[in-house]
Amino acid sequence: MSEHHQEHHILSIKTAGTVLGLLLALTALTVAVSRIDLGFMNVAVALTLATTKSLLVITYFMHMKYESRFFRIIVFICFLILAVFIGMTFFDVAYRHGG
Amino acid sequence: MENTNAVKSFYEDSGSSRTGIMSWLFTTDHKRIGLMYMYVLLAMFVVGVCLGLAIRLELIAPGKTIMEAQTYNAVFTLHGVIMIFIVVIPSIPAAFGNMILPIQLGAEDVSFPRLNLLSWWLYITGTVMALFSLFTGQGAPDTGWTFYVPFSEFTTTNVSVAVIAVFILGFSSILTGINFITTIHRLRAPGITWTKMPLFAWSLYATGWIQVLATPVLGITVLLIFVERVLGVGLFDPNKGGDPILYQHLFWIYSHPAVYIMILPAMGVVSDIIPVFARKNIFGYKTIAVSSLMIAFAGSLVWAHHMFTSGMSDTAVLIFSLLTFVVAIPSAIKVFNWTATLYKGSITLEPPLLYSLGFIFLFSVGGLTGLILGSAGTDIHVHDTYFVVSHFHYVIFGGTGFGLFAAMHYWLPKMYGRMYNKKVAKIAFAVLFVGFNLLYMPLFVIGLQGMPRRYYDYLPQYQTGHMISTFGSWILALGLIIMFVNLYKGYTKGPKIGRNPWGGSTLEWQTMSPPPLLNFDREPDTSRRPYDFKGVTPDE
Amino acid sequence: MSEIHKDYTGAKLGMWLFLFTEVLLFGGLFVLYSTYLYKYPQDFHTGGKQLDVFIGTLNTVVLLLSSFFVALGITYIQRGEKKLAIRYTLLTIIMAFGFLINKSIEWSAKFHHGIYPNSEHLLEMPHGEQIFFGLYFVMTGLHGIHVIIGAVVMGVMVWLMKKDNINKDDFVKLENAGLYWHLVDLIWIFLFPLFYLVL
Repeated sequence: MSEHHQEHHILSIKTAGTVLGLLLALTALTVAVSRIDLGFMNVAVALTLATTKSLLVITYFMHMKYESRFFRIIVFICFLILAVFIGMTFFDVAYRHGG
Repeated sequence: MENTNAVKSFYEDSGSSRTGIMSWLFTTDHKRIGLMYMYVLLAMFVVGVCLGLAIRLELIAPGKTIMEAQTYNAVFTLHGVIMIFIVVIPSIPAAFGNMILPIQLGAEDVSFPRLNLLSWWLYITGTVMALFSLFTGQGAPDTGWTFYVPFSEFTTTNVSVAVIAVFILGFSSILTGINFITTIHRLRAPGITWTKMPLFAWSLYATGWIQVLATPVLGITVLLIFVERVLGVGLFDPNKGGDPILYQHLFWIYSHPAVYIMILPAMGVVSDIIPVFARKNIFGYKTIAVSSLMIAFAGSLVWAHHMFTSGMSDTAVLIFSLLTFVVAIPSAIKVFNWTATLYKGSITLEPPLLYSLGFIFLFSVGGLTGLILGSAGTDIHVHDTYFVVSHFHYVIFGGTGFGLFAAMHYWLPKMYGRMYNKKVAKIAFAVLFVGFNLLYMPLFVIGLQGMPRRYYDYLPQYQTGHMISTFGSWILALGLIIMFVNLYKGYTKGPKIGRNPWGGSTLEWQTMSPPPLLNFDREPDTSRRPYDFKGVTPDE
Repeated sequence: MSEIHKDYTGAKLGMWLFLFTEVLLFGGLFVLYSTYLYKYPQDFHTGGKQLDVFIGTLNTVVLLLSSFFVALGITYIQRGEKKLAIRYTLLTIIMAFGFLINKSIEWSAKFHHGIYPNSEHLLEMPHGEQIFFGLYFVMTGLHGIHVIIGAVVMGVMVWLMKKDNINKDDFVKLENAGLYWHLVDLIWIFLFPLFYLVL
């Protein structure tokens, strides 16, 4: 990560436009899918789509594609820790009252 | 040593046009900011100690001794809030991290000097608000430093102001963490590679990550208390469908890692001091560095061991108990490494080493009793008794406190350019050590016998333990007075010192004492490894 | 180039670390959301039905557009087209206001129906719905505060660009402000399905 001053990558307007198009399409898809009753799968699908959208935002709009690997690792760690906090709380919540 | 009068120290050269007190309050120099942190937190430490002495005095006999029950509740709450959030959490990182870290890295300052100043101002704002909460509203907060719901939502005392103060203090801590991580990544001098970085810097790096990733959870938790009190949303209120145990989860998701924010920097201090006074390379440099990171990570997975009796699920009790034992491993690795460093070293028992040895002993007692608490079966018996109180005082006061004292004896001569009376410092240590154990050891015993914590009154059978403990608190206070007076006298009137009074080999000992504004009056030699003492001689 | 002593990577690293703190600040609330969704799935479903999907979707589109505009603003300042950069940053601020206006319409409709924290009507609802609306107000409220802060930051960026403090060679401030704005968008990307589309 201790690279020397490198050329800043400039996000092209075409790429930005494509990403925006994808984001809007995924939003439409999220709304459409929510109209179909899939039971608990609805939440899973909605979260998968939201995660895809946020990956697009992070990768292109937030320039993560053009950053060094170190940045990608720490972003991963941040979300990993959040997942751990939520997941481990479920060791309690999901098994309360003797299951 | 050649005379370096030509270069001004950072006291004479403020780097700005401001003079007098303003050149301190609005400085962006990391050394001045570090010193300002230290002055404020030591002042608050004195306040906290006085509150602690008052608690001990009240408990010398059953029934009312010097204060009413409600006052007692407020006093132990304040003692906790001040000691945890205002003294111990910022102590070593904010004071000594700021003073020493950039010099150890061979940098001129931290990455974001203005952010550093903002962080100090937030710290002051939070401190003032915490004090403000005492004298306004309907009485001082009486919830304990944990602010447990539902009581904290409904008590009429001034909890709202206190939790906002904690939020602001947390923000200050976050900014310090961001600054240190960035500084360590970006401002290491050429030649100071990751594996040539002093272990104090490594410990601050691990601490910084905890500050960044865990503190925001505390932020939202205390904000939620505020929101509950003002709007009554009901997220933790069983009457509205809320679950109070989730508050405890959120609170400990931060507050357990916070224990590592407190202890890791102290471990870093000790790791830097021991090799210098054993004249020997540190044993297992890499394992100590990596175990800091392991503690930081594993420490984020054990929070619910504070909640074994809260009514959470048995599955969670089992898992969190197991993980608690895992986090003991990297801590033990460090203790073994320090001991192994001392083995066959040529030891000189100077005050900094003495305080470090005190740290190792007291921290070990605290750590091992922690295993009794972390084990789900035994915890049921000692939960919320004085056993817990004694355990965390051994860790936090015996650990971080003594680590802070060690740092004050080790690095402050560098910052003031003068030496204290070493003999008196050793006497102070002896008094402190005796007083400390006399104060807290009996609490283990009465805790095991069933004396609950935070109680105003108690059964006569516990009186002997309480009496010995209160007596110990006076000896401890005497030790603190001797130590502080000695340091004060030393740093104002003591004999001047050269660059390297202890014969240390890290970069801060290559510059003059006190250092100049931009830290180095001549290019530091970064070729030496941090604990390689070959050819390094003390320069008194 | 070599005359600029600023540490771009350092500045960005600092900003990302700050973004992590924001993620975990909201993270505490996501811990609550997930556990309460697990506890009251049916009530969350009925609660979600009472929110206006149209306004929610509209606000999602508004924020996605604003993110796009910020990205364009940064592209233009890097290319040295200051006027366009300012124009797109201003558009971002307008989008922020649009979002807030929508939000206030939505909230006042809720208030009008007697749904606000601790209201009598809310207290009569099932526990799960009370929690749902409690989380709804706290999470979208905190997000709204971030939108306001973001808009103010963007305003400062416009001013700095006009003063030429931010320019073709020194634009890390705008980049960091952009990162903050994208994060605000990112959080909404999750809030939207969790509240408006929960089934």
